[in-house]
Amino acid sequence: MVKTAGSFSRRLTSLFNWVDDRLPVSDFFKAHMSEYYAPKNFNFWYYFGALALLVLVNQIVTGIFLTMHYKPSALEAFASIEYIMRDVQWGWLIRYMHSTGASAFFIVIYLHMFRGIMYGSHRKPRELIWIFGMLIYLTLMAEAFVGYVLPWGQMSYWGAQVIISLFGAIPGIGEPLTEWIRGDFFISDITLNRFFALHVIALPLALLGLVVLHLSALHQVGSGNPDGIEIKEQKDADGVPLDGIPFHPYYTVKDIFGVCVFLTLCAFVIFFAPDVGGLFLEHDNFIPANPLATPEHIKPVWYFTPFYAILKAIPDKLLGVVFMGLAIVMLFLLPWLDRSRVNSIRYKGPRSKILLAIFVIAFIRLGMLGLSGGSEIETLEARLWTFVYFAYFGLLWLFSKGERTKPLPDRVT
Amino acid sequence: MKQLLILIILVFGIGQVQASGEAGSIDSSGVNVFDAAARQSGAKWFVNYCLSCHSANYMRYNRLAEDFGLSEAQVSENFIFDNRRIGSPMTIAMDKEDAALWFGKAPPDLSLIGRSRGADWIYTYLRSFYFDDSGSWNNLLLPNLSMPHVLWELQGVRKAVYHTVTDEYGNEKQEIDHFITVQTGSMSEEEYDHVARDLATFFEYLGDPARLKRKAIGWKVIVFLVVLTFLAYLLKSEYWRDIK
Repeated sequence: MVKTAGSFSRRLTSLFNWVDDRLPVSDFFKAHMSEYYAPKNFNFWYYFGALALLVLVNQIVTGIFLTMHYKPSALEAFASIEYIMRDVQWGWLIRYMHSTGASAFFIVIYLHMFRGIMYGSHRKPRELIWIFGMLIYLTLMAEAFVGYVLPWGQMSYWGAQVIISLFGAIPGIGEPLTEWIRGDFFISDITLNRFFALHVIALPLALLGLVVLHLSALHQVGSGNPDGIEIKEQKDADGVPLDGIPFHPYYTVKDIFGVCVFLTLCAFVIFFAPDVGGLFLEHDNFIPANPLATPEHIKPVWYFTPFYAILKAIPDKLLGVVFMGLAIVMLFLLPWLDRSRVNSIRYKGPRSKILLAIFVIAFIRLGMLGLSGGSEIETLEARLWTFVYFAYFGLLWLFSKGERTKPLPDRVT
Repeated sequence: MKQLLILIILVFGIGQVQASGEAGSIDSSGVNVFDAAARQSGAKWFVNYCLSCHSANYMRYNRLAEDFGLSEAQVSENFIFDNRRIGSPMTIAMDKEDAALWFGKAPPDLSLIGRSRGADWIYTYLRSFYFDDSGSWNNLLLPNLSMPHVLWELQGVRKAVYHTVTDEYGNEKQEIDHFITVQTGSMSEEEYDHVARDLATFFEYLGDPARLKRKAIGWKVIVFLVVLTFLAYLLKSEYWRDIK
């Protein structure tokens, strides 16, 4: 017995060596896991990158199973979702994992982006990581938007109607452009069919490619950390950063813990409140799409509402669209707008801290206002926060350069 | 940074208060979807009073058997009144176009009404019918609706008594003051409220039948994940002991 076991493991080793001679398996593992040195002082905010990857995998796996039962046609789509919810074995679980995953994706991404802004993770030499990350965010928004149309409920239909009509505000090419997107003169079966193709093939492929670029750029320059200093400046005799620890096993085991906590929270949503009071799954989307009956109150899902509030706050349609686009464009520019001597909020002055806090409040308030009906007072408030949102970028550029900062430590704290 | 966090929470808090300020005129039903008796009695009212005009196309009869702990024979006997098979969905014979002609609007499928409207809305709606002066049925929650009060024999017939109010611009208008019962039903008010609650319970269940299993499975999953989280924490601490 012992002899066979020994020869079995010897064979396994030689098989691995055979592969490794022909494919850089161990080189890749070393470069990106066991000899990728990450700063040892990652805190709570550094879980969200790994969690985003987890949610991406969840969306792809559950998505594959949903496509096995879903029918992308205006006549059958709504009923096929209910078929998944009722007649497919564990279909309800797969669908709730997918719908909860969509919202969880945005929660995780927003926290991940906030981490980057707070600790200056996007600044030199990590600008490209940020650019790729922003492109992931944009692609994710497109993916979520076309995905939301697929259940073919009232909000799917009228949400798509509102969003696509925004392109109509572009002078000259507006109308033809909206027809090109819809493939029809109104949202129809044709639109649904092409959105399905985008949702299950085109956009996920783009997402995966961008994730590879995002991680390649990250591993080229190395991870940042809450102190915003470079660990590569202090190395030992072997060239290993003094404050760096191998990603594997240290951060793999730490991320497993983070993943468990995250999954526990998600399980509460999936099993006990999958609608989250109409936030994750809107009530009106349980009514089949009806082109003849406009819902009283059309609103996008929560993760789009900050931008929707900006759109609604501006009285002119074209200007509203322009500012909604600018709200995203400004985020792309953040690495160059922050001109502070230090990266991390820990060593910046009070002005920077207050600015960032007000920016976060503006974003959250805009999100809440985008969800509600839009009374006169709410529109006024949305205008105020829209102004604050954009003012942040200007004030950041103005104040960050000359600001008095605290002295940076030599080593991470 | 702490003060700023508090500021953020405060702003959130104000939003919460504003959000809860806009309460409608919907009564709380106190529906508990796990109340098997209420669910079953609601199903009974549904097949007897609603299912001739309203379908529940996404629901199969044998799912009722499975979820209510009944045998298929019991369901066939008590819930199916024609020769349909136990595996068929709860469809209706009425043609949509005919229905639109008769009622002005085809009665909607009710499979998901519990999810789009919610149990409280249904409970209130069923208790808000009255007979108006134009000689037709009306409803406080859904004014000038096309549906007649199907349960009138149970609740009785109510008429509105109006009073005149003057609005801020000095215009006079009629507003409903209270209701008077012009014909008593076969049930007392409490009994009828009970029927409305049972129906709301059934619709809550009908919107997402998996919810009955979901919670029981959910607790098991969460216990598993909590144990796993604890083990993962121990593993992490073990590895991280040497990092200083």
